[in-house]
Amino acid sequence: MSGTYLGMPAFPEAAREAVGNATLRGNLRHATHTIRAKRAKAVTEVSDWAELREAGKRIKDHTLRHLDRYLVQLEESVTAAGGVVHWAADADEANDIVTQLVKMTGESEVVKVKSMATQEIGLNEALEAEGIHAYETDLAELIVQLGKDRPSHILVPAIHRNRGEIRDIFAREMSEWGRPAPEGLTDTPAELAEAARLHLREKFLRAKVGISGANFMVAETGTLVVVESEGNGRMCLTLPETLISVVGIEKIVPAWQDLEVFLQTLPRSSTAERMNPYTSTWTGTTDEDGPQNFHLVLLDNGRTDTLADEVGRQALRCIRCSACLNVCPVYERAGGHAYGSVYPGPIGAILSPQLRGTGSEIDASLPYASSLCGACYEVCPVAIDIPEVLVHLRERIVQGGEVTSRGNKVVLRPAKGHAAERAAMRAARWAFLHPGVLRTGQRAASRTRRFHPRTLPGPGRAWSGTRELPPVPAEPFRDWWQRTRGGKDGDR
Amino acid sequence: MNSRERILGRVRRALADAPGDEAPLSRDYLREHGQRTVAQTVDLLAENLADYRALVHRTDSDGLAGLIVGLLEKRGSASVLVPPGLDEGWLAATGVPRVTDRAESTPAELDRVDSVVTACAVAIAETGTLVLDGSPDQGRRRITLVPDHHICVVRVPGQVVSSVPQGLERLDPARPLTWISGPSATSDIELDRVEGVHGPRTLEVILVGED
Repeated sequence: MSGTYLGMPAFPEAAREAVGNATLRGNLRHATHTIRAKRAKAVTEVSDWAELREAGKRIKDHTLRHLDRYLVQLEESVTAAGGVVHWAADADEANDIVTQLVKMTGESEVVKVKSMATQEIGLNEALEAEGIHAYETDLAELIVQLGKDRPSHILVPAIHRNRGEIRDIFAREMSEWGRPAPEGLTDTPAELAEAARLHLREKFLRAKVGISGANFMVAETGTLVVVESEGNGRMCLTLPETLISVVGIEKIVPAWQDLEVFLQTLPRSSTAERMNPYTSTWTGTTDEDGPQNFHLVLLDNGRTDTLADEVGRQALRCIRCSACLNVCPVYERAGGHAYGSVYPGPIGAILSPQLRGTGSEIDASLPYASSLCGACYEVCPVAIDIPEVLVHLRERIVQGGEVTSRGNKVVLRPAKGHAAERAAMRAARWAFLHPGVLRTGQRAASRTRRFHPRTLPGPGRAWSGTRELPPVPAEPFRDWWQRTRGGKDGDR
Repeated sequence: MNSRERILGRVRRALADAPGDEAPLSRDYLREHGQRTVAQTVDLLAENLADYRALVHRTDSDGLAGLIVGLLEKRGSASVLVPPGLDEGWLAATGVPRVTDRAESTPAELDRVDSVVTACAVAIAETGTLVLDGSPDQGRRRITLVPDHHICVVRVPGQVVSSVPQGLERLDPARPLTWISGPSATSDIELDRVEGVHGPRTLEVILVGED
């Protein structure tokens, strides 16, 4: 994944800093609470939500189960419709393909539709290194790009910024990139949107190359679908001569009819609308309408590794709606940056460690960035059991075991940080298997209870730092049971 | 080994121990939500379009040309883009100069046009959505994108369906489709909806009754 995040501290450290930022917490609280109530209302409008959710889950599971077949079918149908299909095993390969395609057009700038996949592979940085300027055109992505910032939300990458901060970024930075912000710009959202419209218009009108992702790809017809609000997507998808779409291989649905499920569940889950303002679908190229050159780059970059994990593979059902972020108590307080990935929040906590592996400190800590409250699972429109995957990944980190990395089976060693926990568990297991030992230990503990510390020493300190140690009773339970015959001889 | 073979190989190995084919998908969700008469479905379309800040007008075929000229005059439009196959009669009453979209027109030229008038392929009542499919009376995708004022004519009830599933059934995936639900908007500032970013900021929808 993107080099932007290399060297990120583990989640607890990053979160501690974020939680201390009162502005950030205020911004996040306001935004997530606004959308939460609206989503609930949009979902209630649809009486068959449970059936739609189940169908979405089943369609995605079926697709993943036969992903090889559908990828080949998609390639055939896109090619037949006039598109060119490329395959990229990892981020570097995808970046190289896109860079070469842009260079072949002779252009040195591209306009971009908001795309998680291109964020994930760090495409903008890769293009910049080759002298190609990539302009983000989604309003929130523009705010992030102008502010030299990082995205903190899947749907609204600038959610951590309030209107006043956005105004300041526009007023300060727009002139560096093109048309300056209007004089006397205020912080009303309508004026900020107008400033973005004016700033980006000249870029849209002269653009020769557009780069996008896609929300869905239909194997049967070769159709790609982009769901958006502002019209920047339509601009990038229709005005340029060349369109390059970088899409994760899990974005396939088998049939045109399958869209009837997701085009109902996605808008209501993400922006809480009955339908988002604009949805574009295109199948290869169309004579005299839109780009005459269309390239589709199919991206693996850890997806097949995720697919190999029978519990974790359900994360690939994700349609990037971000409902799980908006309801998460941890996300609401820690913010998106603490997750150290373009995929923050609950879905990020299970996706990033699977796409990237658990080798880094941040990735090994992400499965713990949750209270396991389950709100994310409740709202997920494709019923990803995020808590189940979190627990599964915690187990893998503590115990190690076989995983797939870049297509190869490797055996992970148990994580170092959990040595004390494992030692304690081994000791407990041994004691529980030897009743005599357990009894002696319990009696010793009861007799010495006056001298017990309130916190644990050594590696146990971190654990007891936030918890009360359970008090040891004056008499072990089994002794009490034997003495009183289970209470029949009176309580004492 | 090329990347295509590498990725397909990884997929097949990843799925080697996956269980066999599952039960067929049961589509037991609804084909439409609630029961309505045809007239109620058209009313719902109008209501949902208006809810997302489209301006909705209703007329019959006799009143259509007069309504369109009125809308263009009220807007003060100095030019209007016209797709090649638009019904001649629709603009018969207006003297506003017409601009025909040609393949060689540049986006900058389109940007100087004030309004665009098109038909549509399908309208979806439950979501307040218009779908354009690039037919001759709708034109290339860009003509309904660059001008700031879009007038879209929907023949009711013939072009109206209740739901998204019914809409998809009527559409041809081979054509480039644009689904429009209200004017351009964004939720990017504090997750609150604001109308008016890059697409047409004014969307006027004319529901014209069929004779």
